[in-house]
Amino acid sequence: MTKGKVISKTVYKDDKPVKNRKWIFSRKQLCIPYGLFLFMFVIFPLLLIVFYAFTDETGKISFYNFIDFFTNPTSITNLFMSIGLAGITTVCCLLIGYPVAYILSKMKQRVAGVIVMLFVLPMWINFVLRAMAMKELLTLIGMFGKNNFLNTVIGMVYDYLPFMIMPLYTTLIKRDRSLEEAAADLGSNRRQVFTKVIFPLSLPGVLSGINMVFLPTMSCYVVSDTFGNGKVTIIGKLIEEQFGVAANWNYGSALALIMLVIMFVTMLLTGGFKPQENMRGANL
Amino acid sequence: MIKKFFSRGYIFLVLAFIYAPIFLLVIYSFTDSTVVGVWSGFSLDLYKRLLTDGEITPVIINTLVLALLASVLSTILGTLGAIGLHYSRGGFGKVVKGASRVSIINAEIVTAISLALIFSLILGTSRSYFSVLIGHMVLCTPFVVLSVTPKLEQMDSSLYEAALDLGATPRKALFKVVLPEILPGIFSGFLLSITLSLDDYVVTAFTKPATFETISTKVYNSLAKGGANSSLPVFRALTTVIFVVAIIVVIIMNIKRKKKKEK
Repeated sequence: MTKGKVISKTVYKDDKPVKNRKWIFSRKQLCIPYGLFLFMFVIFPLLLIVFYAFTDETGKISFYNFIDFFTNPTSITNLFMSIGLAGITTVCCLLIGYPVAYILSKMKQRVAGVIVMLFVLPMWINFVLRAMAMKELLTLIGMFGKNNFLNTVIGMVYDYLPFMIMPLYTTLIKRDRSLEEAAADLGSNRRQVFTKVIFPLSLPGVLSGINMVFLPTMSCYVVSDTFGNGKVTIIGKLIEEQFGVAANWNYGSALALIMLVIMFVTMLLTGGFKPQENMRGANL
Repeated sequence: MIKKFFSRGYIFLVLAFIYAPIFLLVIYSFTDSTVVGVWSGFSLDLYKRLLTDGEITPVIINTLVLALLASVLSTILGTLGAIGLHYSRGGFGKVVKGASRVSIINAEIVTAISLALIFSLILGTSRSYFSVLIGHMVLCTPFVVLSVTPKLEQMDSSLYEAALDLGATPRKALFKVVLPEILPGIFSGFLLSITLSLDDYVVTAFTKPATFETISTKVYNSLAKGGANSSLPVFRALTTVIFVVAIIVVIIMNIKRKKKKEK
């Protein structure tokens, strides 16, 4: 028996299993480098954030960072601004994106495929460049600087709309259409067919789209900086400032932790996150 | 008929919303005016500056080299990881799977600052190319795992055993049997890594050394400085070039897919 051929870990000697102590190549071990990598650069750094959040500058355990955040009216305003901005952006994306996905799901697949591609194509352009493009357009038509919050919403919707359309479209084309015919045969009108059959069937796509848009817009300060004209501050920006200009890592870590909690609650409410759909159409 | 007209019109409107800003930049990339909206005659000057401007050209090269390097490394690490995870049943595999998910779900800003924290511990105040490369690998590798895993699940698990029975060493079986089966997944993971790396701003900003700029950080800094910055017009030409490249890539991918379907 050659060394490499042993698959099972146990070797039998006189019909009794003996622990084999020799190192044996097995496919499982291929994930060790990845595991170490994740531990070094994902898990350990996140633990560092937790550590920094609950300590002060001298390294002593302290809840001061959280008390500071929740007693400061500006930071609370910014928190609600982030949640509000993310919420409005998500609703806009859903209202614009759902009809798009629905119409596409009714088209001939070849035509729909081309149009879907047209929606995905701009995502290949760097998102800061896309933000710049929209800013130039808003400046050109004289909207820039007028209503900073509205402009930020436009910028966010512009950057994130395809992330809403894709999961909606993929669930809508997979739906079982015989159910609609059955509902119609049993006397439902068109509106009832939509509200009682089609929409509930597309709910997984809706939830996944909400996740894909709501979570990143809460922290995407590049867009709020570009469109907000310095007047829209979201929680992502606050975190960035603490690690940049303000250089208060403890407070910044506490902010990051607060944001993670909000994200976690959102995911619990929407029933999880399907990372497969964050693929920018590379899996199309 | 009217319904069809309305639905087509609606799709057209949304597409117009998405493409209007891009087309605006494309049009104004052919003039050297500093402001979009003011046409100062046809000129290819911005395209020339893309290739010769001492401030812009290195940034483009930086971005491309970083994306390529990070994607190759992520693809290797992620493919090995996916194979390992697919066959592991124990606790370690579960922990790695969990960590992989965490890294995908995590907000980019949190990933970025957590990396900034750990690099300040390892490297002190000086960041290096190493840190920005690791940062991009943290972004990309979990997505490679995500693209490879379904291909492993679709694969007939007896193929590997058959290869072993027929006398292949495990390593040979892996390279000659498993790897060709999952190659499409590896390739799409690689492509995804490229797009993720090219698109990233936040992680780059927190892990890059002070003198190193990518397209994202350069554009963001120029935008922050306002319209007075002289590099902004060049990005109109850059957007146009990226847009054209994207169209070509998508068309090639489609032709390939169609050929595959016909087979």
